[in-house]
Amino acid sequence: MARPDDAKYAETHEWVRATKGEATIGITDYAVHQLSDLVHIELPKVGDSVEQGSPFGEIESVKTVADLVSPVTGKIVAVNDKLADKLDVLHDAPFGDGWMIRVKVSDAAELDSLMDAKAYQEFIESSEKEAGGKTDEEVDDDDFV
Amino acid sequence: MSIDDRLIFEKSGPGRRGGYLPQPDPKTPLESLIPAKLLRQEPAKLPEVAELELVRHYVRLSQKSFSIDTHFYPLGSCTMKYNPKINEKVAALPGFARVHPHQPAEQAQGVLEIMHELQRYLAEISGMDAVTLQPAAGAHGELTGILMIKAHLLDQKQPGRVEVLIPDSAHGTNPATCTLAGFKVVSVKSNERGNVNLDDLKAKLSDRTAAMMITNPSTLGLFEENIVEVADLVHKAGGQMYMDGANMNAIQGIARPGDFGIDVQHFNLHKTFSTPHGGGGPGSGPVACKKHLEPFLPVPRVVRDGARYALDSNRPKSIGRVKAFFGNVGMHVRCYAYIRYHGPDGLRSNAENAVLNANYLMARLKKRFRIAYDRPCMHEFVINGTSFKKLGVHTLDVAKRLLDYGFHPPTIYFPLIVPECLMIEPTESENRETLDAFADALIKIQEEAKADPKLLLEAPHTMPVRRLNEVKASREPIVRYKAPAAK
Amino acid sequence: MDYVQNTGADRAAMLAAIGAKSVDELFRELPANVRLNRPLDLPPGMPEQELLAHMAALAAKNVCFDSHPSFLGGGGYAHFVPAAVEQVGLRGEYVTSYTPYQAEASQGTLQAIFEYQTMICELTGLDVANASHYDGSTALAEAAALSLDLSERKRIAVSAAVHPQYREVLRTQFRHMGVDILEVGTHDGATSPASVKTVAEGAAGVLVQNPNFFGVIEDLDEIGSAAHAGGALAIASVNPVSLAVLKPPGACDFDVAVGDAQPFGIELSYGGPWCGFMAAKMQYIRQMPGRIAGETVDAAGKRAFCLTLQTREQHIRREKASSNICTNQALMALRATMTMAALGRDGVRALATICAQRAHLLERLVTQHRGVKRPHSTPYFHEFVVEMPVEAEVVNARLLKRGFVGGLPVSNPYRDLRRAVLLCVTEKNSVADIERFAAALGEAVHEH
Repeated sequence: MARPDDAKYAETHEWVRATKGEATIGITDYAVHQLSDLVHIELPKVGDSVEQGSPFGEIESVKTVADLVSPVTGKIVAVNDKLADKLDVLHDAPFGDGWMIRVKVSDAAELDSLMDAKAYQEFIESSEKEAGGKTDEEVDDDDFV
Repeated sequence: MSIDDRLIFEKSGPGRRGGYLPQPDPKTPLESLIPAKLLRQEPAKLPEVAELELVRHYVRLSQKSFSIDTHFYPLGSCTMKYNPKINEKVAALPGFARVHPHQPAEQAQGVLEIMHELQRYLAEISGMDAVTLQPAAGAHGELTGILMIKAHLLDQKQPGRVEVLIPDSAHGTNPATCTLAGFKVVSVKSNERGNVNLDDLKAKLSDRTAAMMITNPSTLGLFEENIVEVADLVHKAGGQMYMDGANMNAIQGIARPGDFGIDVQHFNLHKTFSTPHGGGGPGSGPVACKKHLEPFLPVPRVVRDGARYALDSNRPKSIGRVKAFFGNVGMHVRCYAYIRYHGPDGLRSNAENAVLNANYLMARLKKRFRIAYDRPCMHEFVINGTSFKKLGVHTLDVAKRLLDYGFHPPTIYFPLIVPECLMIEPTESENRETLDAFADALIKIQEEAKADPKLLLEAPHTMPVRRLNEVKASREPIVRYKAPAAK
Repeated sequence: MDYVQNTGADRAAMLAAIGAKSVDELFRELPANVRLNRPLDLPPGMPEQELLAHMAALAAKNVCFDSHPSFLGGGGYAHFVPAAVEQVGLRGEYVTSYTPYQAEASQGTLQAIFEYQTMICELTGLDVANASHYDGSTALAEAAALSLDLSERKRIAVSAAVHPQYREVLRTQFRHMGVDILEVGTHDGATSPASVKTVAEGAAGVLVQNPNFFGVIEDLDEIGSAAHAGGALAIASVNPVSLAVLKPPGACDFDVAVGDAQPFGIELSYGGPWCGFMAAKMQYIRQMPGRIAGETVDAAGKRAFCLTLQTREQHIRREKASSNICTNQALMALRATMTMAALGRDGVRALATICAQRAHLLERLVTQHRGVKRPHSTPYFHEFVVEMPVEAEVVNARLLKRGFVGGLPVSNPYRDLRRAVLLCVTEKNSVADIERFAAALGEAVHEH
């Protein structure tokens, strides 16, 4: 899936699109792929505060729970309540209809610490190498002996 | 739906009577004894079946599950060894089964003797000074041990020690236990040999360290070769060493945790000492500790005064009770019998053969599978299954296909630090033909993955049910039977 | 003695395949200074025949209530175990199976858990039950933890009529965790709803027991209302046999019910293994600890069962889990399930009725003796307290000489009950036994 160039990306696999002091936040296609079968999501309420680097909710597949980590600090002005009943949207449109929260940002400079689409892809590739697994392209017959 | 797949409720018939029906006195209605407003209006809708239907239903159900009595069960970290029948027989003796825990100690001298002796045996096996049998499972033992450490630190006026260090390979109960006891979990990395990364450990030790929780042999089936240094570092930093004793099967009679720096540990009687898993429990999780932690053990303590055994609750520093009564005494009886049967030679033989069987199976598989760590293993070993992904199959699919070959799969996806992991523990109970058959099956499945991956992806093919839709179960939970509305 | 199958020839062949010269070489990575260089100091092994004789001799040193009719209750109850339950419960397929993580290979275990959960829901009147806890005391502690997780409040309120040992377990769990445990007093052996109302204001949960430790039946309707009026969860620890005839917690708007299923088909075994249960309103399902079996379908559309909502549990949540429970009491839950099915809808009611009838008969007979009286006037189920003119331990020693196991002395910790015992009657006590026991008690209190 091609990732939008107008978004910034966090190491915890959230994306954020900022317009006029408000940031829309969701999780990336990579995060959704890692989670596979999605089962449940816990989102906060309008009016709650979020902090850069702190969890704002949780997402679950059958076998995992993952924190949703906010890439910015601010106050929540909108929550995508429809998401809980239609989690499959995250597979099809994680950057569109799969948005999770919209935040009134308190410090626009925080976005500068995030990655662009290209840097995010490089980050993914280098983390996978570090974890010791090979990317799908690198596995070959030697692995079977 | 075939007639045998119905629930017991679906086999009910109004008016059907079981073989055992108590007869109340018709002359004294309940309303004459208890005010009507405290009584139930609608009866609980329990089944109504006759005895044959009851027996047939639950016997047929039993035949739909794997068990050690029927299948090889190489679940890493679970120690699925033979559960001796003699232990069931002795635990069922009326003198053990039909004694009430409120009976005074004089009326329970036989069972108290067993508990006292078992405490002594477990102390000897672990190299510790004192034991409690009260915790009902390993996780319960962990909580007990961690609460004891907490009490000790507070007694030493060290309330600032609020962190527990846990290797990233640890069983999930370890960090969960720490949270329950009010500690913060700090994860310690493992190195490329599958042991604790000493540099990372040193970086994370501080004056906030209460303890380290370690499993040895580790959850990767590897002996922690630097254990003495690890324990030393933790002690010098002012922390205590807790050991998760799940993997004692590999080292009983060979090495003792009390001799390599452990201050307190739990045992899993349902692993190392063969008490049966029963479909998920009961277990038993006794805790053994060094002298300095003894005052904090739960009460009541089982003590001996001359020739008499007694229960003593006069321990002012005790953490209190962790459970009503004395623990899963029925499992203590089984474990005591197991240890008396084996003696020191038998227990050592268990460790030696468990390690021998695991290394043999690893040798059979290492040419075809990626063994995660290039070292001799203890009682279990870990395979990295990422090479299957290129063929579009996962470790999960390999596991489901093993069912068709008549084997329960190994533990999968644990520990978390080995991707697509299979953890294999044969135990000492199995013979060479079984180990060879299992290795052959895994190799065959690997070939199937190349030639015809659908065999794996759609496995199992020969079980009472096909692959289950676990996503649906979580998204739309149905957790009880509800009779269809009457028409 | 051991059960190892490997012979010398097997060992040699296996070592050759491994490329090691001895089994000892397989332990070469253990540092020399940690090796145990002597045999374990344990008694030598003994073969099965000797072992059986040894165990039988130890068993004979205990007073078993097959030979000595017992009137003990207080959290553990002697009921008849149907032969069918005992025999089917011994099947190796049940006893030696593992947790049903591989659902396709465990449909028997999973369906049995699903049936158990259904029966617990029916008895308690609540919506969802888990697959078991260690026992009633730890189930109560987990229910208290659930109420604290759902609240900003850091206090739980517990009736003084909850089993003393259960209250000790609560204290161990919450000591030094910043949680306050407040006791709610009783009047005439029952928890007073007015007292509940006062403490509920600051509490996350209100915990009562029904029937309570004195055998008295609490007014759950009033207590539940009082708890909710104060903004606390209402939690009851209940006797499952009593639920066959008493108004269940679910019908009184309670949030959580816990207890021990030991009375249904589980031997007392000097205190364990028993079987804790927990049931709750559906809205709490994601906060419930423990395993839960759920219904689903397989790839062919056939109904099947699996463990569900595992993301609540420790193996997934790890340090974020609300409970660390892993191993539970599955085999005991199976025995309880089969017993509840063996008795059936009418059988459990009949059982509960007999217990109540015979307990009230015993009360009538023992209180005929001078100086023996029940200190409470509140309604009870199958247990009740009597005060006597002689110390309870002395009476019990005299009763033992006459072939009976007497009631549970309760003056410790209930100091305002003087020379008191808790007497329990079940269907195992025949009317003849009851009459003989009552006569023996009369002799015992007036013996010189």
